[in-house]
Amino acid sequence: MSGPVIALVTSAGGGPDRASLEALTVARQIAAATGSPVEAIVVAERSSAGGAAASLAGLGVARAIVVEDDRLTPDHPDGWAAAVAQVAETRATSAIVGPGTERGNDLLARVAARLDLPMAANCLTVEPGATWAISRQRWAGSLIEDCRLTARIKVLTIAPNTVAAGAPDGGAAPAVESVPVTLTDADLAVHVTGREAPERGKISLTDAKVVVGGGRGVGSGEGFAELEELASLLGGAVGGSRVVTSAGWRPHADQIGQTGLRIAPDVYIACGISGAIQHIVGCKAAKHIVAINTDAEAPIMGVADYAVIGDQIRRRSPVRA
Amino acid sequence: MNILVCVKRVPATGGRIVLTPDGTDIDTRYLGFTVSPHEECAVEEAVRIVEGRGGSTTVLTLGPAAAEDQLRDAMAIGIERAILLETDGRDWDPVATARAIVEAIRAQESANGPFDLILFGNESADSGGFQVGIRVAAALGRPVVTGIKSLAPGEGSVVARREAAGGGWETFELPLPAVVSVKEGINLPRYPSVPGRLRARKKEIERSTPAWQSGGLDKVVLRLPATETTQAEVLGRGAEAAPAVVDLLTRIGVLGR
Repeated sequence: MSGPVIALVTSAGGGPDRASLEALTVARQIAAATGSPVEAIVVAERSSAGGAAASLAGLGVARAIVVEDDRLTPDHPDGWAAAVAQVAETRATSAIVGPGTERGNDLLARVAARLDLPMAANCLTVEPGATWAISRQRWAGSLIEDCRLTARIKVLTIAPNTVAAGAPDGGAAPAVESVPVTLTDADLAVHVTGREAPERGKISLTDAKVVVGGGRGVGSGEGFAELEELASLLGGAVGGSRVVTSAGWRPHADQIGQTGLRIAPDVYIACGISGAIQHIVGCKAAKHIVAINTDAEAPIMGVADYAVIGDQIRRRSPVRA
Repeated sequence: MNILVCVKRVPATGGRIVLTPDGTDIDTRYLGFTVSPHEECAVEEAVRIVEGRGGSTTVLTLGPAAAEDQLRDAMAIGIERAILLETDGRDWDPVATARAIVEAIRAQESANGPFDLILFGNESADSGGFQVGIRVAAALGRPVVTGIKSLAPGEGSVVARREAAGGGWETFELPLPAVVSVKEGINLPRYPSVPGRLRARKKEIERSTPAWQSGGLDKVVLRLPATETTQAEVLGRGAEAAPAVVDLLTRIGVLGR
């Protein structure tokens, strides 16, 4: 019997985000293998902690831990790191598991740094044992590393879109336990001081069900007007490869790939994209990939489910009809 | 303003990754080397800040002797000084890497005064640990933010912006000295000029050889993901494919009837 596995849950739009629920799946596997309970720390305003705990009902979480400090908001990364570190230490935790998102990796790296523990980021599989055998993503998933993690408390983030989030089994909501922590002013010094809302009415690439991506083959920034039109007909969003954002045809925020966004839409329509691995890792989680390319041998064809051989511009107008 | 930028030499992969026969490394015989795109942007950002406000720039890497090339690339676009923490080519895990960097920073700062700003790339392109910058900041007791796509240093503080999780932007204001991990998109790095390259070739590089250690995360072997290479179903050629595309989009539910 070992101490609890702590699942770090970040939230989006009032509920746990998908990557956190995926990480929770792995936390439950670890807990089952080590004979320990899962306890969740939800990164949320204290006032919404009850709702956050309720949203974990039926997902195998024994307890939801609420941090007792009203100063702490999701905008304080070091504050949360201090809280998670203190909770982990006082409860003889065996592992802390969170989502391998920008925020999850940032938060748990802060926790690991505080506790002087190693951290394995973007894990795919975790096998507890004398030393833990872990496989994790390198090159954003183009390569897998099998490694061993030796640490008092294992700090792990789980690569998004690689395990399924569990479906609630109808079980009860976790018990809520309020835990006091000691936060110093220094712990609260780094915080978000300002926010700009997203552009109204714009569908974000990471949420869109349909994404139309453009690459070098689009030919110019103006060439994207047609992709925009297609995306708007399908209620989707437009992204691009690194070539396209480096050339200034699209803003960098629209880049799909290793140094940009990872998307997981129902359909990804890749127009004039050859498919370098750095791009593929950003789009391979799409349920369906349609590649439109003049080159039937382009690497993108190796990941596409459907292909149109030819010039994306000429293909398009009849779609409207 | 005195700025340190930390970079990592990585192979320039493009198509398929090929592993060495024993599977412990990437076969780099036919590959060039570079730094992660995030780090190229960190180097450019340091040069721009100092061009605008004055100060000094230093680039540091932990890597094999050949990582000198990446230090000279940084100097070719305007970084003044370079430090190589030379390894025998083995992998260093994030804990060990951060420790070596912290030790080098402490030695540099006690000799030359503090770095106001230490820049990292958000994550290395190869091992992707997402943590060295945070560990260095924690050890030095300095504030740190990651994922930064806009940076505006002021007197005694720096304003840093990043894309927020749900869209839009969030801003942090950190007192200096501070550590910042930046992402590609913060700027568009310049190409080095020929005179820049020539100047960089002649510059001194400060070297030391820290002893390898494990921080608890040890690589065993690398493997390629099970390739689910698809056989794409060709829907047609050019415009004639349109009805089949419409059919497909209807079938998978993204187009109404």
